[in-house]
Amino acid sequence: MDPPVFQLTGVSKSYGGTLALAPTDLSVLAGQTTALIGESGSGKSTLLRMMLGLVHSDTGHVYFQGVELSPDNVLALRRRMGYGIQGGGLFPHLTAGENICLMARYLRWPQSRIDARLAELIHLTRFPEGGLARYPSELSGGQAQRVSLMRALMLGPEVVLLDEPLGALDPVTRYELQEELKSVFEATRARRATSVVLVTHDIGEAAYFGHTLVLLRGGRIVQQGTIEQFMRAPADPYVTRFLRAQRTPMDALQSAHP
Amino acid sequence: MIEGACIGALILASAFVDAAEETRPPLRVGSKAFTESVILGELVTQIASAQGLRATHRRQLGGTKILWAALLRREIDVYPEYTGTIAQEMFSGAALRGDEAIRKALAEQGVQMSGSLGFNNTYAIGMPEQLAQSLGIRKISDLAKHPELKLGFSNEFISRTDGWPLLRDRYGLPQRDVRGMDHDLAYRALQSGAIQATDLYSTDAEILYYHLRILEDDRHVFPEYEAVLLYRADLEHSSPGATAAFFQLVGKISSPEMIAMNARAKLERVSESRVAADFLAAKLGLHSAVSEETAISRILRHLQEHLFLVAISLLAAIVVALPLGVVSARFPGVGQLVLGAVGIIQTIPSLALLVFMIPLLGIGSKPSIVALFLYSLLPIVRNTASGLRNIPIEVRESAQALGLPGAERLRRIELPMASPAILAGIKTSAVINVGTATLGALIGAGGFGQPILTGIRLNDVGLILQGAIPAAVLALLVQGLFEVAERVLVPKGLRLPVRAE
Repeated sequence: MDPPVFQLTGVSKSYGGTLALAPTDLSVLAGQTTALIGESGSGKSTLLRMMLGLVHSDTGHVYFQGVELSPDNVLALRRRMGYGIQGGGLFPHLTAGENICLMARYLRWPQSRIDARLAELIHLTRFPEGGLARYPSELSGGQAQRVSLMRALMLGPEVVLLDEPLGALDPVTRYELQEELKSVFEATRARRATSVVLVTHDIGEAAYFGHTLVLLRGGRIVQQGTIEQFMRAPADPYVTRFLRAQRTPMDALQSAHP
Repeated sequence: MIEGACIGALILASAFVDAAEETRPPLRVGSKAFTESVILGELVTQIASAQGLRATHRRQLGGTKILWAALLRREIDVYPEYTGTIAQEMFSGAALRGDEAIRKALAEQGVQMSGSLGFNNTYAIGMPEQLAQSLGIRKISDLAKHPELKLGFSNEFISRTDGWPLLRDRYGLPQRDVRGMDHDLAYRALQSGAIQATDLYSTDAEILYYHLRILEDDRHVFPEYEAVLLYRADLEHSSPGATAAFFQLVGKISSPEMIAMNARAKLERVSESRVAADFLAAKLGLHSAVSEETAISRILRHLQEHLFLVAISLLAAIVVALPLGVVSARFPGVGQLVLGAVGIIQTIPSLALLVFMIPLLGIGSKPSIVALFLYSLLPIVRNTASGLRNIPIEVRESAQALGLPGAERLRRIELPMASPAILAGIKTSAVINVGTATLGALIGAGGFGQPILTGIRLNDVGLILQGAIPAAVLALLVQGLFEVAERVLVPKGLRLPVRAE
């Protein structure tokens, strides 16, 4: 088995006396999709941002591919990760294409290499090529999300970290993009062992993408495992509650026709 | 590092100014911002020129404090002053009585005083010549015999303890119909017969215009305001022959002569240079060349001076305020200190700031530029800091997560995103700067404040507008320029309307 892509040992974080994350250990397996789930304020985003070095752990260590994150290497290590956030986090003064190619240009990739990679990504995400010249304010939510994903994938990262990537989208777009995203993950994974870490509060989405689910509550990991393990052997009554806390249209039908 | 940048920018700005002032004339004459002082300054300048000395006149510099500080700082060599002002304002704590006491106090500061130029510009009581003749009134004490006379005094004179109350008590004046009014209105009231006597300054131009008789202060109630020249004791060293030149004026200017000169300049609108030249020719047989500027060349000169003040100070402010804004956004604690400090500067009244500058930087464009620079800081620092702080966290973190180094993030992402706010800050500074720069004229920096100041002094609305209109137009132009600059400098993506979802 491959060594874990992320290894977090004893990491914790509090903000002005308020605990965001209790001391936590976590391994993120390579070549998998790991979904961090939980309610708002459960610590799932803090955990993700620690992996990127955006949040500094008060205690413990964060290892990426066996190397401990430190101020000296964090810039180099981040270039081997891809990051996407709810709403896209696009730079509004740059076109979609400039957003995607910013780092490649900064790293002085030859133009031919940039063009080839861009063509691959457009194909992968089914983004309209004419959209590359548009500014973020001219893109729809779904398009902005695709641009954000392309930007995250541009340098060919070893891991993609996504924080509620589909959070701000309407349900239909969200549904379509979930399928697309899954096929993107599978396509990238087929070529090399790309790992994905996904933060979501939607258990359905987590189950759809995640090989491994990590449920957090109040800054602590409640359970970690596959969705089958969650269903069959919940570690805590909260796990069951969380799994059920999702209404479907069927609920309405059931209560209308007992 | 920031301090270094501040000092660097100041040195840069001063170097510019120094280069402009490299050729120092041997004798620099100052004058205050009222007509009589300007004429006296012209007389000194021209008499020195006539003796073959090079002399320049820094005319109508603010008030007593500015001239006095400039003299002590060797920014000017000589200027006209009044003994009463020296005793009452400059050494107000010392209660100086008599010329000897004044000379001694001045000497302690390394300053000497010439003898009286020949006239005393003090408070006086004037009444229409014809009326005075028919009633046989020559002295203030004669007023006691005419209780029916109606008196009108300036509001200041009526309320000052050394004004009307003192005069009434010393002379035992019986008039009960005494009212306070505006000084200019008092002259009109005299003319129409509504009042029969008023207070004035004994060399006012209006004395001639309204045919007034100055009543003799026979009980010596009013303090002496003998006109004198103040100069530094070591002037003869640096500028041999200068004192001998201007000593020729001592005792030569009588009150009627000064009144006549004031009237020519103020009422007939003859230039002070011409008035002074004519006096020297008639009285001392000296001939000096008077060069008079055309209106166009004068406006162009003022424009050039004004732009110089604004451009240098604004440029220096941008160089300093931008990094300060960046640091303030990055470190909120430091930011509060910085914004507090530049905010406090903003609350200092501009005139006071200019006066504070003189002991450090003298007079002229240098202190004006530094003052304008200081005033320009706040809008730029504040807008830079808030522009950077208002960048959404997810955008900021996206840039970090890409692995872009801090300086590159600032250059490629954060500053472009904050550019509308930063430009708006610079625009605010520039427009305020154009307006505030008119005050530079008070300390000899020139610009459009110069005609405004002269216009106020001469009560000449046309002249005031010669400064006020170009200054306003310049402010509008600057505003327009920045709106064009916004189109060029603000990235297109930030100017698009946000798409409605």
